[in-house]
Amino acid sequence: MDDTSPFDEMLRPDGSVRDAYRAFEAWFSSERPGDLRAKAREAEAVFRLTGITFNVYGQAEAGERLIPFDIVPRIIAAREWARLSKGIEQRVRALNAFLHDIYHRQEIVRAGRLPVGMIARNDAYLSGMIGVEPPGGIYTHIVGIDLVRTGPDQFYVLEDNARCPSGVSYMLENRETMLHMFPELFSANRVQRVSRYPETLHASLAACAPRMCEGDPTVAVLTPGIHNSAYYEHSFLADQMGVELVEGHDLRVVDGRIAMRTTQGYRAIDVLYRRVDDDFLDPLNFRPDSQLGVPGIFDVYRAGGITIANAPGTGVSDDKAIYSYMPEIVEFYTGEKPLLENVPTWRCSDPDSLAHVLDNLEELVVKEVHGSGGYGMLIGPTASKKDIREFRRKLEARPGNYIAQPTLALSTTPIFTRAGLAPRHVDLRPFVLVNPNGIEITPGGLTRVALKKGSLVVNSSQGGGTKDTWVLEDE
Amino acid sequence: MMLGKTAGGLTWLFRYMERCENLARLVETGQRIALTRPDRAESEWAGVLKTAWAKPGFDAHNDAVTGEAAVDWLLRSPDNPSSVLSCIENARMNARLVRTALTREVWEAVNECWMTLRRELQRKVAPRDLPRVLGVIRQRSAFVRGSLTGTMLRNDIYNFARLGTFLERADATARLLDVKYYVLLPSAAGVGSTLDNAQWEMILRSVSAEGAFRMIHGRTRRPAAIARFLILDGRQPRGLSFCYSKIGSNLNHLERDYGARLPSHDMADAMCEDLERATIEDIFDTGLHEFLQDFLKRNAELGAQIERDYRFFA
Repeated sequence: MDDTSPFDEMLRPDGSVRDAYRAFEAWFSSERPGDLRAKAREAEAVFRLTGITFNVYGQAEAGERLIPFDIVPRIIAAREWARLSKGIEQRVRALNAFLHDIYHRQEIVRAGRLPVGMIARNDAYLSGMIGVEPPGGIYTHIVGIDLVRTGPDQFYVLEDNARCPSGVSYMLENRETMLHMFPELFSANRVQRVSRYPETLHASLAACAPRMCEGDPTVAVLTPGIHNSAYYEHSFLADQMGVELVEGHDLRVVDGRIAMRTTQGYRAIDVLYRRVDDDFLDPLNFRPDSQLGVPGIFDVYRAGGITIANAPGTGVSDDKAIYSYMPEIVEFYTGEKPLLENVPTWRCSDPDSLAHVLDNLEELVVKEVHGSGGYGMLIGPTASKKDIREFRRKLEARPGNYIAQPTLALSTTPIFTRAGLAPRHVDLRPFVLVNPNGIEITPGGLTRVALKKGSLVVNSSQGGGTKDTWVLEDE
Repeated sequence: MMLGKTAGGLTWLFRYMERCENLARLVETGQRIALTRPDRAESEWAGVLKTAWAKPGFDAHNDAVTGEAAVDWLLRSPDNPSSVLSCIENARMNARLVRTALTREVWEAVNECWMTLRRELQRKVAPRDLPRVLGVIRQRSAFVRGSLTGTMLRNDIYNFARLGTFLERADATARLLDVKYYVLLPSAAGVGSTLDNAQWEMILRSVSAEGAFRMIHGRTRRPAAIARFLILDGRQPRGLSFCYSKIGSNLNHLERDYGARLPSHDMADAMCEDLERATIEDIFDTGLHEFLQDFLKRNAELGAQIERDYRFFA
């Protein structure tokens, strides 16, 4: 959080190459740039043919777009990862304990560590979940923790994604693409595997079968449909797990279970990995106009007829207002100091904080409490005067809607450009699976990279790209 | 186990692929006749549009039938739900829907077909480019079929894919014959004019069967022989009899696989038996047009019954 140049993950300040990148650098400097450019084009063609595309919302030409893929891997040393994954595990344990608590005795509120309004007035808090025991005791089966790095040992959690984290298909396809294009890189480096993710996901979901399940649990993935921006990922995961990909209109309540319409009649589903938001899950219990859900599924859930992953009501744990309490939350439930730092956050609902934020808009990042995907945020240092003026009005009108954070000097990793390697800002989303037997973190995760020089916005909807992310084996 | 929606998606994916390919053949023959018989071009294109079930839509959007307008309507028009471009869009949409049921090869073949045709049909196709573009359409659909037969497990997934192919193909061949039925009547044989020769040739070409027909019948072109060849000869892969033997065998597989006999099985068996027993003389006696109309109706009813029997929709 200072004004010096950002942390470069490949090069030390004196220009020498850090250990984790050594083998890569040796390989890279022996390759001809023209060949690499051809490989990069080849990768793009593979992505297009495979149909690894996403739809951009709010664009007139609702076409399919590729997320740009950069061929330079982001490399994390075994030692760095070991530390990180401990912190991630601690945080995810705390998130689950927090969710259980706020839907039961609310000890954290009784202890005065969290204002009751944070829950009572939170739109994502589902009163229907009060007293419900989710199968296996798990609320967040699949979590994505967004991390940024600012120094050699300095990682911050930027955001917890506890509802429906997406991007894992890119993590897997990026690795496949790299293995396909540069097999020699994987003999020169010992990279920890990510390919077991779908299998682990299936086992993790199956381990949370509901009370009424008989025999082997039947798992299915619920998608909003082919027009959803993450549809590719939904079909990819269903395919890789070997389970059905269903939509709301394939499902109905039959004999107290959720059943899918097959060519031979209705068959019960035990565990539903849903990629549909709470609001749309059940038109009888939530938004009545939803066409994406299943009427009555929430009642079946509460009666133990189906497991919904992630559990309804988990969203309350990952909004940006709750985020600011995460250090307290981690400490309260684990009895340990948080291993991963939170970015200092001003809650604009608090008048003193608001005054500070309004005075320093040019230097801060301001985010909507319920926003995501990089929409509706202000990045002070790069915003125009006009943007700042407009944002100031929004802030004054509804301060409770916003939080503000200092602009972090995100670390950089090199990308491959026409002029050779060039540093760009990155973040990291590791994927975490939670089941009653433990927590599994896939080594690495999804690295998103801001392709524009100097840009801090890594979201794919705003011109960001992705990279393969390596965690090296211990030497 | 398969979702009803998936069965429907597979059937429609392969119906649309088949429709693409049939359209390419039809446009190719239309173009050929129009070039060799410029005086007859307008009525030929009208016939082609009718065969492609596209005449009313075309008339609503165009003042007169010209070759250029007809080709554009059949290949590219977004207003024509059965243009090649609309078909490949729908085929790919269905492929995305049922992607978990497809091998990687089949998905990629469909996706590449879609990418290629969107590029080729981005602008109006110039007459000199037409043969090449039509070739691309046929070739790309052949890739899809090839990856299907070469990589897919022979299970219910394959059966629904094949049902889509043959329901569509039976429909297309029957419509082609029905639009031209008058040139196939025995009375037309006496006429023997060059006009009728061209018409017969068009029918055979539209199903890529002129070579096969010559192999069996030599150089004589008797209309009754052409009609028999395309309706009753079980060796002709675009003929009605062939399509129905495939529909029958795929439904039989499903019956055995699922252990359930359903109304669509009875309907398909009845069609197969009727085609087996029929002679071309009987068909001419009842009336070729009446026969084809009845066939088209029963074929559509069978498609709808399969949809119900296998729960394509809720």
